[in-house]
Amino acid sequence: MSSKSAPPPGHTDPAILRNFCIIAHIDHGKSTLADRMLQLTGVVDERAARAQYLDRMDIERERGITIKSQAVRMPWTVAEGNDEGAEPGDYVLNMIDTPGHVDFTYEVSRSLEACEAAILLVDAAQGIEAQTLANLYLALGADLHIIPVLNKIDLPSAQPEKYAAELAGIIGCDPDDVLQVSAKTGLGVEKVLNEIVKQTPAPVGDADAPARALIFDSVYDTYRGVVTYVRVVDGKLSHRDRIKMMSTGAVHEMLEVGVISPEPVKAGEIGVGEVGYLITGVKDVRQSRVGDTVTSQHGGAAEPLGGYKHPNPMVFAGLYPIDGDDYPTLRDALDKLQLNDAALAYEPETSGALGFGFRCGFLGLLHMEITRDRLEREFDLDLISTAPNVVYQVTMEDGSVHEVTNPSEYPEGKIAEVREPVVKATILSPSDYIGTIMELCQAKRGQLGGMDYLSEDRVEMRYTLPMADIVFDFFDQLKSRTKGYASLDYEVTGEQAADLVKVDILLQGETVDAFSAIVHRDAAYSYGVMLAGKLKDLIPRQQFEVPIQAAIGARIIARETIRAIRKDVLAKCYGGDITRKRKLLEKQKEGKKRMKMVGRVEVPQEAFIAALSNAPSAEKPKK
Amino acid sequence: MPSALPAGDPAPTDGTLPESASAGLGDRPFGFYVHVPFCATRCGYCDFNTYTAEELGGGASRASYVETAVAEVRLARRVLGEVDLPVRTVFFGGGTPTLLPPGDLTAVLAAISDEFGLADDVEVTTEANPDSVSAPDLEVLRAGGLNRVSFGMQSAVPHVLRTLDRTHDPARVPAAVDWARAAGFDQVSLDLIYGTPGESLADWRISLDAALASDPDHVSAYALIVEEGTALARQVRRGEVPMTDDDDLADKYVAADEALAGAGLGWYEVSNWARDPAARCRHNLLYWQGADWWGVGPGAHSHVGGVRFWNVKHPAAHARRLARGESPAQARELLDEETRRVERVLLEIRLSAGLERAVLDDAGRAAVPGLVADGLVTEVGDRLVLTLRGRLLADAVVRSLLP
Ligand SMILES: Nc1nc2c(ncn2[C@@H]2O[C@H](COP(=O)(O)OP(=O)(O)OP(=O)(O)O)[C@@H](O)[C@H]2O)c(=O)[nH]1
Ligand code: SF4
Ligand SMILES: [Mg+2]
Repeated sequence: MSSKSAPPPGHTDPAILRNFCIIAHIDHGKSTLADRMLQLTGVVDERAARAQYLDRMDIERERGITIKSQAVRMPWTVAEGNDEGAEPGDYVLNMIDTPGHVDFTYEVSRSLEACEAAILLVDAAQGIEAQTLANLYLALGADLHIIPVLNKIDLPSAQPEKYAAELAGIIGCDPDDVLQVSAKTGLGVEKVLNEIVKQTPAPVGDADAPARALIFDSVYDTYRGVVTYVRVVDGKLSHRDRIKMMSTGAVHEMLEVGVISPEPVKAGEIGVGEVGYLITGVKDVRQSRVGDTVTSQHGGAAEPLGGYKHPNPMVFAGLYPIDGDDYPTLRDALDKLQLNDAALAYEPETSGALGFGFRCGFLGLLHMEITRDRLEREFDLDLISTAPNVVYQVTMEDGSVHEVTNPSEYPEGKIAEVREPVVKATILSPSDYIGTIMELCQAKRGQLGGMDYLSEDRVEMRYTLPMADIVFDFFDQLKSRTKGYASLDYEVTGEQAADLVKVDILLQGETVDAFSAIVHRDAAYSYGVMLAGKLKDLIPRQQFEVPIQAAIGARIIARETIRAIRKDVLAKCYGGDITRKRKLLEKQKEGKKRMKMVGRVEVPQEAFIAALSNAPSAEKPKK
Repeated sequence: MPSALPAGDPAPTDGTLPESASAGLGDRPFGFYVHVPFCATRCGYCDFNTYTAEELGGGASRASYVETAVAEVRLARRVLGEVDLPVRTVFFGGGTPTLLPPGDLTAVLAAISDEFGLADDVEVTTEANPDSVSAPDLEVLRAGGLNRVSFGMQSAVPHVLRTLDRTHDPARVPAAVDWARAAGFDQVSLDLIYGTPGESLADWRISLDAALASDPDHVSAYALIVEEGTALARQVRRGEVPMTDDDDLADKYVAADEALAGAGLGWYEVSNWARDPAARCRHNLLYWQGADWWGVGPGAHSHVGGVRFWNVKHPAAHARRLARGESPAQARELLDEETRRVERVLLEIRLSAGLERAVLDDAGRAAVPGLVADGLVTEVGDRLVLTLRGRLLADAVVRSLLP
């Protein structure tokens, strides 16, 4: 039931505030549950409603996944005599919808800091999956109260009893305490809202102390400059304040304070326990850093709040404009994207084959693909990305150490040791697939760390694996070998020495640096054969023969030949064909623009991407 | 399924052309193309704008077509104005022109002659299906003023003809050629197709030899194109027949050029060979040399002084417009200087006469030494002429010349 006279920001008793987030494995229905809550609380009416309302970016809507967390303030009135036994009255709920994909875990972890409780949502047809656990542990680490909810109970394949037991087993509650909803139909959602009121601790803070607010998100908006999202812990922030960033001491004029409900609503101030936004006229998100504490300029706090660990890029790839003239556009575009994406790292690099571009660091493959997509779409760029790789530490016999983020910079000469990053991977799967998974992990040089049964027929397996394999095709193979049933979560835990070599690809005898890759010695031969074969299929026939070779140093390990094209002419060109023929020529010219000249060879963009796409197309990790 | 027309600007209902189009009208050669959009059955590979009796539906018929075509000839006269515009070439194509009674074709020719007058050396061609043409038909056509005939022979090999859905008996082609000669046709041409799925190089040589045995004045040889939307394309997609193979097409082109040249037919356009310059199809040269022509009939394209326009596609819509006294033009395209230059490059480079260097811009000229070095073109005076290898890669040459 929605409230007519919602308590205004800045004048809301913390006792009636409830701050919670929704966390889950990807696709278990967080955004859909958020939709129902937006409707039930009346902040979005039927007319304005659309599915996954909070997935606002084009790319989120197209892919049907959440990338950015979204916080929304919603009024909620608990009725007298409700079944849940919640205290009747008016409340204010702050909900944060979070992403489920492992690449965006850092989005989840910062959202947690703004909340006292987390709804742990589990698809009643799928059960607990790897990111369910990963996010649960994050929430427990942030000291949040967990409210377990099974979703999609409308599905014929739902097994609510089985998975309620599984969920209860993991959280340590009674299966009867697991709520059951259908976010799709709305069944049970009102009950969840009352349970949130009942179970979530009200925020505690000192209203009279100097203001302290934690920045949990910071977003660049073309019209409004940087919008900073905060959770107020102590005191209050008013639009008349001058505020100070505690890490740098920088002072900013406050232009606007408000809450999101679900569009921005200006407010005079926000107080203890409230979640809202600030606009200061700052143009660079780096001046309003996530994890920093905001206080008042005068009489400000002395001690900052605990911040966040800044996420480090894990996966690197070169991004190059197909048209060299677009290099400045690409640089500006990366600058702009970085404003909203602190996890994106980049620095200029030059490739013999591809010209000027950037070596970019990403949190994972999906992050990489989404960034590339956005660059192409929002900035009208045509880009080539090289195969993703991880960072290697190469120690030479003379003791010098090189950090290699780009395979083409792999040092020549006598190498003493190469170290590669390793991840701790958690795989959840029906127990039928234990053998298959072990086989796969062994082939990928994995080491079993442990195995537990979650229930009779589901296991959790923990492996240490080279990060490079996760970046390549591990996830795809895991999915295909377990018919899609296994899920994967991982975190980088360290590094290990490994017997690695650089495999080069030569076109017409010239090394194409963009195709170089660092692989395990045992896999080098099959890798070379695979890649040469793939390039043969991907590079169109040219007017001359093009030999393709794969080599380790001077040793050729594989060889293919693209035969010369012999016919490229339309047989007929009469009166009615001329216009069409001219348009075809224009189209062919467009197509040629998407080719990169490597020496005399025209190489299509797909060759660079697909070259290693045994390596994942990163969009796969959905589901 | 007939292929779609290009997109263009709207064309005015009365057919009026922009003033720029009439500049120099009469100075350039002028011809008529008359499209006959009927076929007895549709061949599996064909995406031409043609209709079987069943496909035609109401609103148009073979019987009334002559009337519609004549109406369009009269409209052409109104649109072009009373300039002295003797017609140098007329070409009846299709579809299957010989599905119409021969008197219908000669009636359209008579209307053209009435309205515009024919040049003394006018070339009047009809395409003819060996299946649907007889000796008496050819006599009527010749008597009515036609002097060139082009037979759709395609192949001399029964299994190839079958794959192409062509129903004629290969033996009918030499017979038809003899009838045409007897009727007094000056020029006889044969159309061939190579690269049909299942056709071997030996099959193709048989067809070439068979064609040459009739001693034609002219041969057109086309690589089969699997056009989207055709029955053949569906068969390929379903894996029932193999897709054409570019290497195979290249071998067959080389074989054709060898056989034809050996028999004294020289190439003058990528897909066309003639006994001597006089035997070249002057009508087609009109297209390739940027001259003016009016295309009569559904879906027919015209070009007048830098304006390209094309008619509505369906015979019924075409007939309806003309019956209302309106122009059947559906859309048009005004070519600017640069577009005309681009067209010159892509058309003239295909001719043995070659492309004048002066047509190229700086970037295009810069590509010439590379093309010469790669053996794709030779320089003949101030002209660029494709080599044999260059003819096979003509589109790539065009892309280099128009970077
Ligand atoms: N049948 C049924 N489908 C649901 C329900 N809730 C969500 N879905 C569907 O599940 C899919 C994923 O829903 P989302 O709400 O986008 O999932 P999410 O957890 O937000 O996904 P990410 O943000 O990408 O992690 C969509 O196709 C929804 O329509 C439900 O209760 N029943
Ligand atoms: S006869 Fe010619 S125009 Fe008619 S369907 Fe066959 S190929 Fe097409
Ligand atoms: Mg979502």
